Amino acid sequence: MSDVLILTILTIITAATPLVYAAIGELVVERSGVLNLGVEGMMLAGAVCSFATAHYTGSGMAGILAGLVAGMLMALLFAFLTLSLQSSQVATGLALTIFGVGLTALIGQPLVGIAFGGLPSLNIPMLSELPVIGPLLFSHDILVYGSFVLVALVSWFLNRTRAGLVLRSVGDSHDAAHALGLRVIRVRYLATLFGGACAGVGGAYLSLVYTPMWVENMSAGRGWIALALVVFAVWQPGRLLLGAYLFGGISILQLHAQALGINVPSQLMSMLPYVTTILVLVLISRDRGRIRRNAPASIGQAFHPTT
Amino acid sequence: MIALQRRAHPSRLMGYMAPLIALAITLLAGLLLFALLGVPVGEAFYAFFIEPVSSVYGLAELGVKAGPLIIIGVALSIGFRAQVWNIGAEGQLILGAIAGSAVALHFYEVDSWFVLPLMILASIMGGMLWASIPALLKTRFNVNEILTSLMLTYVAALLLSWLVSGPMRDPDGFNFPESRLFHDAALLPRMLAGTRLHIGALVAVGVVLAGWLLLSRTLLGFALRVNGAAPRAGIHAGFSQKRLVWVALLLGGGCAGAAGLFEVAGPIGQLLPNISPGYGFTAIIVAFLGRLHPVGVFFAGLVMALSYLGGESAQITLNLPLAVTGVFQGMLLFFLLATDVLIHYRVVRKGSVVSNPDSSLARRS
Repeated sequence: MSDVLILTILTIITAATPLVYAAIGELVVERSGVLNLGVEGMMLAGAVCSFATAHYTGSGMAGILAGLVAGMLMALLFAFLTLSLQSSQVATGLALTIFGVGLTALIGQPLVGIAFGGLPSLNIPMLSELPVIGPLLFSHDILVYGSFVLVALVSWFLNRTRAGLVLRSVGDSHDAAHALGLRVIRVRYLATLFGGACAGVGGAYLSLVYTPMWVENMSAGRGWIALALVVFAVWQPGRLLLGAYLFGGISILQLHAQALGINVPSQLMSMLPYVTTILVLVLISRDRGRIRRNAPASIGQAFHPTT
Repeated sequence: MIALQRRAHPSRLMGYMAPLIALAITLLAGLLLFALLGVPVGEAFYAFFIEPVSSVYGLAELGVKAGPLIIIGVALSIGFRAQVWNIGAEGQLILGAIAGSAVALHFYEVDSWFVLPLMILASIMGGMLWASIPALLKTRFNVNEILTSLMLTYVAALLLSWLVSGPMRDPDGFNFPESRLFHDAALLPRMLAGTRLHIGALVAVGVVLAGWLLLSRTLLGFALRVNGAAPRAGIHAGFSQKRLVWVALLLGGGCAGAAGLFEVAGPIGQLLPNISPGYGFTAIIVAFLGRLHPVGVFFAGLVMALSYLGGESAQITLNLPLAVTGVFQGMLLFFLLATDVLIHYRVVRKGSVVSNPDSSLARRS
C-alpha cells in the first residue's frame, strides 16, 4: 500500500472523528425524545473553550475537558428552556446555534491567528511500528480511539442495559413512561447533557486536531451534518459510524482533488459534503415506513407532568 | 420552590407582554455583558442604543437594515405558522442576489427603465428556485426541510464565492472577487438625499400589509394557520398539506430573494462574496419576536436592525468586537423563548399545582 493512500485514510479519520462525537451524542438525545438543533452551537462552544484552555494551560487533556464542559453548559441552557420551561425544541435549538455562533466569535476574538501543537499520538508500543497497519490502526490520538469506544458503549447502553431501556421508552412514549413512574424530565436532562458533552468534544477535536487553531464559525455546518447523520443511521449507533466515515471521505475529497487531476474550482468541490447530505437524506427519508419504525415516537414533543 | 401550572387558556396579555419582558431582560443582560467586557456601561449603552438613532442618517440606516429583516421575517412567520421550518432564507437571499445581478450585468450597456424591474423579477425567481428544492424534497420524499434548506445555504454561499471569483468577476477589477459596479439604471432609487435609504423600505411596509391581508383575510391564510395549530383538523378540512409546504417555502424564497437584490442594488451596488450580515438567520428571530404576526414583525425588524447598528457603533467608538451583535440577538431569542412559558403556564408555589381538568383538552385543541 502506498504512502499516499495511508495518508488519505488518516485524513479521513481526522475528518470523521468530530462527526462521530457530535452525531453519537445527538443520537442519544433523540432516542430520549428530544430534538436538539443546536449541535452546531455546542460544537463551536466546545471548539473555542478547548482551544483557549489548551493554549493557556498547554495541556491538550485540559482542553478536551474544557470543550466537554462547554458543550454541556450549552446543552444545559437548551434543556432548561425546553424541559423546564416547555419552549419549542425547534426554536430553542436554532437559538442555541445563533447564540453559539455569536458568543464564540466574541470569546474567540483574542485567539484568532494562534496555532496549537495538536494532540500527541498514542503510539502503541511495538504495534505502531508495524508497516501499514501501524500508522493506520495503532498511532492515533486519544480522541480517535475514544470515538470508537464511545460508539460501542452507547450501542451497549441502549440495547443491553436497563437504563438504556428506560431512555428508549421515554423517547418512544413519554406518557406511558411517566405512568410507569419513570422520571421523564430527569432522563431527558441527562441525555441532553450527554449530547452536549459529545458535541463539545467533537468541537474540541476540530480546534485541537483537525485545524489546530481557532477560526470564527469553524464548524462550518458539521453540527447540521451530524444531525443528518443521525437520520442516515436510522438512530442505530453502528450505522452512524459508517455514515461519519463516508462523510469524512467525501469532505477530504476536495483536498485531494487537485492531486488526482480533477480540475474543478475549489468552491464547487467544497459543496460536496452539503450536497451529499441532501442526497443521503432523500435516500433514507423516502422510505417513510422505515423512518416511522425507527424514529423515537415522541421526538420533539414537549412533556409536562401535570397535563 | 416554584412550579408551573398550565393555564386553561393561553394568556393573550402575556402574548403581548413576553417580547417586551424579553427585551427588558436582554437590555439588562447586555449591560452586564458590557461590564464583563470591561467597558464603561453608560458609554456602551449610549453607543449601542442611542447614538445610532440620534441623527437623520442613523434613522435612515435603521430603515436600510430593517428592510430585509422585515421582508424576510414576514414571509418566514407565515411559514412558521404552518409549521414549515424554512431556515435557509440566507441561501435564498444569496440566490436572489445572484439572479438579479446576472440581469444587471447582462444589461450592463443598457440604460433603460426595464432593467430594474427585470432584476427584481429575476431575484424573486432565484430565491423561489432555491426554496423549491426543500419544498420538492419535503413533499415528494418526506425529507426534513430544516436540514435541506440549511445545507443549501452553505451551497449558495460557495456558489456566490465561485461566481464572483470566476464567471461574474469584474474583467477590469485586478482579479478581486467582485463584480462590476452596477450602472444607475440597475440601482434602486434613493428616498432621502444624503442617506442610503432606498425603496426597499417602502416594499417592506407593503409586504407587512400584504402578509397581514393574506393571514387574516384569505382562505389560504386560514389554511396556513389551521395547519400549524391543528394539523389533523387541517387534513379533515381538506387543506392540502403539500400545497401549504410549497406556498410557505416559495413565499419565503421569493421574499428572501428580493431582499437579497435590494442589498446588491441598494447599499452595496455590486455583487460581492459577502452580501448579507446574516439577515436570513436574524429574520428567524425577527419572526419569533414579532409573534409570527406581520405587524409584530415590523417592530421586531426595527429592534433587530438597531442591534446591527449598535454593534457597528460600539465597534467604532468603543472598539468592541462586532460579534456583540450576534450575542445580543441570541440572548434576545433565548429570553423570549423563556418568557413565552408565561403564555401557557402560571408560575405558582410548589405544592399548589393542581391537575387542571381543562388542561388536557386545552393541550389538544
